[in-house]
Amino acid sequence: MENLVQMALQNVNMAAIMPSLVLCCFGMFLLMINVFMPRGKTTAASLISLLGLAVTFVVTLRAWNHPELGFAGHVALDNFATFFNVIFLIAAFLTVLMSDDYLHREGYPVGEFYPLVLFTTAGAMWMASGTDLMTVFLGLEVLSISLYVLAGLFRGQLRSNEAGLKYFLLGAFSTGFLLYGTALLYGVAGTTNIADIGFYLSAHGKMLQNPMTIAGMLLLAVGFLFKIAVVPFHMWTPDVYQGAPTPVTAFMSAGPKAAAFAALVRILILGLGGLQADWSSLLWMLAVLTMFIGNVTAIYQTDIKRMLAYSSIAHAGYALVGLVAANAVGISGILFYMLAYTFMNIGAFAVLVLAGKQGEDNLTLEGFSGFGYKRPFLGVAMSIFLFALMGIPPTAGFAGKFYIFAGAINAGYIWLAILGVLNSAISLYYYLRVMVYMYFREPQEDYGWVRMNPGTVVSIVLAIVGVLYLGVVPGKIMEMAKMALF
Amino acid sequence: MEVLFFYLVALVAVLSGLIVVTAKSPVNSALALVNTFFCLAVFYVMLHAPFMAAIQIMVYAGAIMVLILFVIMLLNMGVEPHKKPTHIAWGAIGGTLVLLVSILFIQRGDTARAVGNISKDVVLREGHTALIGKAMFVDFLLPFEIASILLLVAIVGAVILAKKEV
Amino acid sequence: MITVGHYLVLSAILFAMGTFGVLTRRNAIVIFMCIELMLNAVNLSFIALSSHLGNMDGQIFVFFVMAVAAAEAAVGLALMITFFRNKETIEVDDVNLLKW
Repeated sequence: MENLVQMALQNVNMAAIMPSLVLCCFGMFLLMINVFMPRGKTTAASLISLLGLAVTFVVTLRAWNHPELGFAGHVALDNFATFFNVIFLIAAFLTVLMSDDYLHREGYPVGEFYPLVLFTTAGAMWMASGTDLMTVFLGLEVLSISLYVLAGLFRGQLRSNEAGLKYFLLGAFSTGFLLYGTALLYGVAGTTNIADIGFYLSAHGKMLQNPMTIAGMLLLAVGFLFKIAVVPFHMWTPDVYQGAPTPVTAFMSAGPKAAAFAALVRILILGLGGLQADWSSLLWMLAVLTMFIGNVTAIYQTDIKRMLAYSSIAHAGYALVGLVAANAVGISGILFYMLAYTFMNIGAFAVLVLAGKQGEDNLTLEGFSGFGYKRPFLGVAMSIFLFALMGIPPTAGFAGKFYIFAGAINAGYIWLAILGVLNSAISLYYYLRVMVYMYFREPQEDYGWVRMNPGTVVSIVLAIVGVLYLGVVPGKIMEMAKMALF
Repeated sequence: MEVLFFYLVALVAVLSGLIVVTAKSPVNSALALVNTFFCLAVFYVMLHAPFMAAIQIMVYAGAIMVLILFVIMLLNMGVEPHKKPTHIAWGAIGGTLVLLVSILFIQRGDTARAVGNISKDVVLREGHTALIGKAMFVDFLLPFEIASILLLVAIVGAVILAKKEV
Repeated sequence: MITVGHYLVLSAILFAMGTFGVLTRRNAIVIFMCIELMLNAVNLSFIALSSHLGNMDGQIFVFFVMAVAAAEAAVGLALMITFFRNKETIEVDDVNLLKW
């Protein structure tokens, strides 16, 4: 018995899970605080969660270049995980900043919103740092279940209910595939540890041609591609993004996508590196399909939130290009792109938070007529984010796309890079159309604008700083992304 | 004898699975699903995993299905109105594809040789529950703790969604 | 003699039936039950493989799948109840599940 306790304690290494541990402590603390808060007072909770995210940020940065392993090979806080942890924290921070006022305005000042955001972030961290399929799976579930709740948070709004229910049903469905893939890989390699699967497969070369390995890989990939929203597993994205509360959509489009990419990259490169020829040709097709369907469908949207949903599908396609290339530039390009995408997309959604009307979000293209004159600051901010999403220099979007396509060309995927650039050109149309409405249309009469509030403005300003910083001096962050590779 | 028993239980499992998928009334689906759970518990016993069989019954049949039945009753759902089946084609294509691919791949595939030393004798000697406990708290401590956060999130989420006023 | 292959094929059949159900049924609760069927098929695979391989990892995984299934049931049914309160139905046709 003594012996067992010793063995259990030997595996414990708190340093390896420190960031998520701090987040969970703050989350649980907030849950208790909420009990004693008067109903509808959530500002304190939002400030405490911002503090929690800031503390975690410091803890996370201290882990840079100090890799920690622990818990019998279940978790590795390497630079790769730390880079992604920073992305999740930035996404959560910007989201919390814009949420408080929005929740009050829409009449759902739910204090539990903030702990749920913190737990979601912790789940994303476990996905990025998990080195065992079990940890990755549980992280994914913590992330998904909190997101189902957050998407359906506005209980009285049918749109929000629909978003939550739809996300839940399709999410649980994809979990089934993910698990089946895991089970088959476990049967093939006799372990669920990602690195051990890789060792086993390289030691037993004939297992690579084993149909069960291929089936396991495909089913596992389906589960993650669903979370990333890659065609043909993108069906849920537009409806869920449109129906969920805007700050939740902002978070959903950045955090979970990056987390799923982190897990997918780790599994494909470390665990299934021997099958690279198989998965890269598969992802090649999916990347092209995703870019085209995302961009072409976005052209037909009249609701800006829905348009951004399709644009997020297209951006997932660009990031997949880096994974197809699977070389140092491509993979670090994904890391850089996810960071850049977090800033530009959350920034765009933060503008939408202030552009909407109370109750019904007035987010049609028509509603944006003359927006740039009536609200000069928001107009300029939106333009910057749209330029970044298009990939125009000197913004983060340009640098990100540059690295990813450079990676593809280095790896010999010239056509893929050409198709990617072609798609960026298609996307110009629908992003520019928003700007045409903002600056070249007559403003609508008598429009109940939402008042500005400091939290959201700070969030927008931070996002602008991020977008411009990453665009003007991308070299330093790119160096860090290269150091983050395993 | 064992083979015959396997096929018998497998037949019951597949038939009740079929009822889950096709029954018109949700209550019938739920009861058939409970039946499938029991069949699977029988398989777990045959695979020398009695503890898993026990929690299969307690957690799945006991907790989750009761919750589902409770909600079916709460929402007072009757028989589904007969509508034109639009997704049947999709479902048939998807289902058959998954079935063919997985059976084909499994039939031609090969699993790893035994990697551990947990055989039937070890399970009988040490006890299945003890083995599970050892594995869970020595090697799988972190997933266990994450599962606790997962359940916490689920509780908080269910309360704030289902309560009329928060 | 029953081999692990028997169990894997049975599990594939159950999994495919669950998939078929999810794609064809309209009632959200029935869809959820079909998802549970899929998860159980996976559990059977895990336990069969675990006993074949002689290590515990697969059975521990099943343990966590059950925890996840319970958590999903709680949240999913709560979502269905809120949806039902607003719309008086849980048919997913009314959710326009596969809208383009």
